[in-house]
Amino acid sequence: MNTSDISKELQDKVITASNKKTPLSIQGGATKSFYGRQTSAEILDTRDHQGIINYEPTELVITAHAGTKLSVIEQTLADNNQMLSFEPPAFGDAATIGGTIACNLSGPRRAYCGAARDYVLGTRLLNGKGEILSFGGEVMKNVAGYDVSRLVTGALGTLGVILDVSLKILPRPEAEITLAHQCTITEAFKKLNHWARSPLPISASCFTDAGMHIRLSGTEGTIKATKKIIGGDEINNSDHFWHSIKEQQHSFFNNDRNLWRLSVASNSKELSLNGKYLYEWAGALRWLLSDEPADKIYKMASSLGGHAILFRNQTANDNTFQPLPEALMKLHKNLKQSFDPYGILNPGRMYKDF
Amino acid sequence: MPHDPCTRPIDKSKLVSTLQSIVSKDAVLFEAEDLYPYECDGLSAYRKLPMLVVLPETIEQVQQILKHCHQENIPVVARGAGTGLSGGALPLEDGILLSLAKFNKILDINAEQRIARVQPGVRNLAISQAVDSHGLYYAPDPSSQIACTIGGNVAENSGGVHCLKYGLTVHNIQQLKIITIDGELLTIGASGLDSAGYDLLALMTGSEGMLAVIVEVSVKLLAKPERAQVILAAFDDVVKAGTAVGNIISAGIIPAGLEMMDKLAIKAAEDFVHAGYPTNAEAILLCELDGTNEEVSEHVLMVRKILNASGATEVRTAKDEDERILFWKGRKAAFPAVGRLAPDYYCMDGTIPRKRLPEVLKTMAELSREYNLPVANVFHAGDGNLHPLILYNANNEGELERTEEFGSKILELCIKVGGTITGEHGVGIEKINQMCVQFNALELTQFHAIKTAFDPLGLLNPGKAVPTLHRCAEFGAMHIHNGELPFPDLERF
Ligand SMILES: Cc1cc2nc3c(=O)[nH]c(=O)nc-3n(C[C@H](O)[C@H](O)[C@H](O)COP(=O)(O)OP(=O)(O)OC[C@H]3O[C@@H](n4cnc5c(N)ncnc54)[C@H](O)[C@@H]3O)c2cc1C
Repeated sequence: MNTSDISKELQDKVITASNKKTPLSIQGGATKSFYGRQTSAEILDTRDHQGIINYEPTELVITAHAGTKLSVIEQTLADNNQMLSFEPPAFGDAATIGGTIACNLSGPRRAYCGAARDYVLGTRLLNGKGEILSFGGEVMKNVAGYDVSRLVTGALGTLGVILDVSLKILPRPEAEITLAHQCTITEAFKKLNHWARSPLPISASCFTDAGMHIRLSGTEGTIKATKKIIGGDEINNSDHFWHSIKEQQHSFFNNDRNLWRLSVASNSKELSLNGKYLYEWAGALRWLLSDEPADKIYKMASSLGGHAILFRNQTANDNTFQPLPEALMKLHKNLKQSFDPYGILNPGRMYKDF
Repeated sequence: MPHDPCTRPIDKSKLVSTLQSIVSKDAVLFEAEDLYPYECDGLSAYRKLPMLVVLPETIEQVQQILKHCHQENIPVVARGAGTGLSGGALPLEDGILLSLAKFNKILDINAEQRIARVQPGVRNLAISQAVDSHGLYYAPDPSSQIACTIGGNVAENSGGVHCLKYGLTVHNIQQLKIITIDGELLTIGASGLDSAGYDLLALMTGSEGMLAVIVEVSVKLLAKPERAQVILAAFDDVVKAGTAVGNIISAGIIPAGLEMMDKLAIKAAEDFVHAGYPTNAEAILLCELDGTNEEVSEHVLMVRKILNASGATEVRTAKDEDERILFWKGRKAAFPAVGRLAPDYYCMDGTIPRKRLPEVLKTMAELSREYNLPVANVFHAGDGNLHPLILYNANNEGELERTEEFGSKILELCIKVGGTITGEHGVGIEKINQMCVQFNALELTQFHAIKTAFDPLGLLNPGKAVPTLHRCAEFGAMHIHNGELPFPDLERF
């Protein structure tokens, strides 16, 4: 596969912006431009910085330039019977791996296998001074220096332009099936939390109007045995179902109301916020379509030890992310300052203040 | 202004009485005889007496102590159990050693949510023991797990023999309470699976006591696997053993543990615990498979086949749980076992891309001859983390220095093949010079800037983990890499 390295070009643009103190909006395939606070600035396009630089299936590592399309990476891995086990949503074919990591969004498998940040091994970055820096690497265990690679994962480009990223990859399970259960949400919570305490090969769970869906992954023998324990009816379009949840193509998401994402303790009770719900991750992730005021939603999330994100439909001045306590906000600003002293990288995308 | 020991002498007796007004009288140690137990961590080649030791037992006390140190510009080194192997908890003679030994309570076990909330001084193994009756356990299992604390584990991002499948500390914690040097108490992470803002949980993990003091840890608990089975395979050649590891992974199997030992390590472990290891083998692999009963059965068959096809001279499956534990006992006791072969041993901790193992082992054998020091190899083979153990005798003139030089050659070799100087033991004071080889001046400057974001005066564990550029310039003057002078733009002295 062709690779194209435009690090130098990107570096020049960041240096120019830092000299002029003009903000940049880092953009890959623009599939997640709806996510985060809406800002406007000159676009720094990463798409020409693309290609897989290193992939060795037996080392369980892949390294790619940030502009590489997520679909290209996933296809390359699939050809070798491997996968990104955090099952990232793409939200469009143009999605790049850089944007995927900058957003740290993870799909149905997350509750059972970990998030994008759990699989990041190393990054090469451009900080706000236009310096190219490498952290971590291509090995599984590495504790030399602070874990900057994980820090920039999910930082929405506010700490640096991700140039390259190395990810741990895993084998695809030998087999997968999805079982559907008709039950109430209370019963579903109870069952899911109960099963999570046994070593069952569950790899996704979801509760919609149509009841509970559970995916099993593993060897044929394990799945057969687990199916007996868990019960339910096997559905015949398993991949399609989880794809529709992950990519928000399920009918639930076809709605104009504000879409909130609440991440809370998995055993939290049903929330008293008005609206329509879809649950994932054994109850730890709750999608909410609602017109409730933002403050009320943030308050509820924090009372359950979690946080809320206004995922879709934010308007220009909305606070998209859960407000941070003052001392934490100060630390965030200090960190931002340490990477991007002139405040030129995606300013305001995460919080208004930095 | 960063901490500078020359600026202001500290009035020790005044400090003692201030601290005694914060904690109880006997929780401040300042007589030399009381300080000796704290003079080093597990890397005993480095020793220093702290000015004094303080043992707080509440969060408020830690806040007050740190506030005072911040006001008075006094450096602080946090300490868990002191089992660290890189001198991370090495005291400072003009600083306070803050022991978290009294923070030893398990605060809450939430079996339904599969989370335990514990104080930082709780021992790693104590967590798994406390939740055992719920069918749960805490996965990261460093060989020091009987002694080391969860606070130390977070500070080092410790791993264990099961981290290939279950991850390191960073993958298994959910929330921390930390206190910054100005005495501010912060909660990072959340009860859910992610949290708002930057991933400070990841940044804190492995930060070696440089950013804040950890006062509470919420760990994730996992369901104990239905079954675990271990296979022991012997090889007449370490390269074949290395290839077998790649073959297992290529087959789509992620073992719960995949460990390799070389001949010297096998012999030492066998003499020590009588695990039944084949002492004539050049290398053995221990491959643990866990999961559901069916999965383990299927995988055991596959792995046995792969091992035989990869040229194993013998493949044995533990016949029962007792034998499984015995197989592991030999591996987990490998450090002390090797320690019996010589008066002293030096444990290294580099990670390499697995495929480079043959050349790394070959070069290491050459270095071992060159320095005339034997080396035993214990290897987390699944994830490429090497623990070469160099045998030496500190009483022999110059042997410690030779050992350290040999050690640094091994670390630089790890960097050269695309790996790292530390997989799980941390940089501490031990590998601080090699940080100058692994990172350039800009990267180190970024690390210092992160430190400053938390601790502008540089009072938490100063001098550890991240070298100053001046130190690198001095070190670089001795070590010229590929003919280039590192940090050419810095003045030399
Ligand atoms: C025989 C032996 C086997 C070992 N095996 C392994 C292994 O398999 N895997 C592995 O990863 N390690 C291993 N280690 C290394 C060591 O046990 C780990 O690094 C462990 O996590 C250290 O914990 P501790 O409580 O002893 O920390 P300490 O040694 O007391 O401290 C380690 C570092 O953490 C900081 N620190 C401690 N507590 C806090 C706190 N509450 N807040 C902020 N900073 C803090 C200290 O300042 C220091 O920098 C082994 C050590 C020995 C002696």
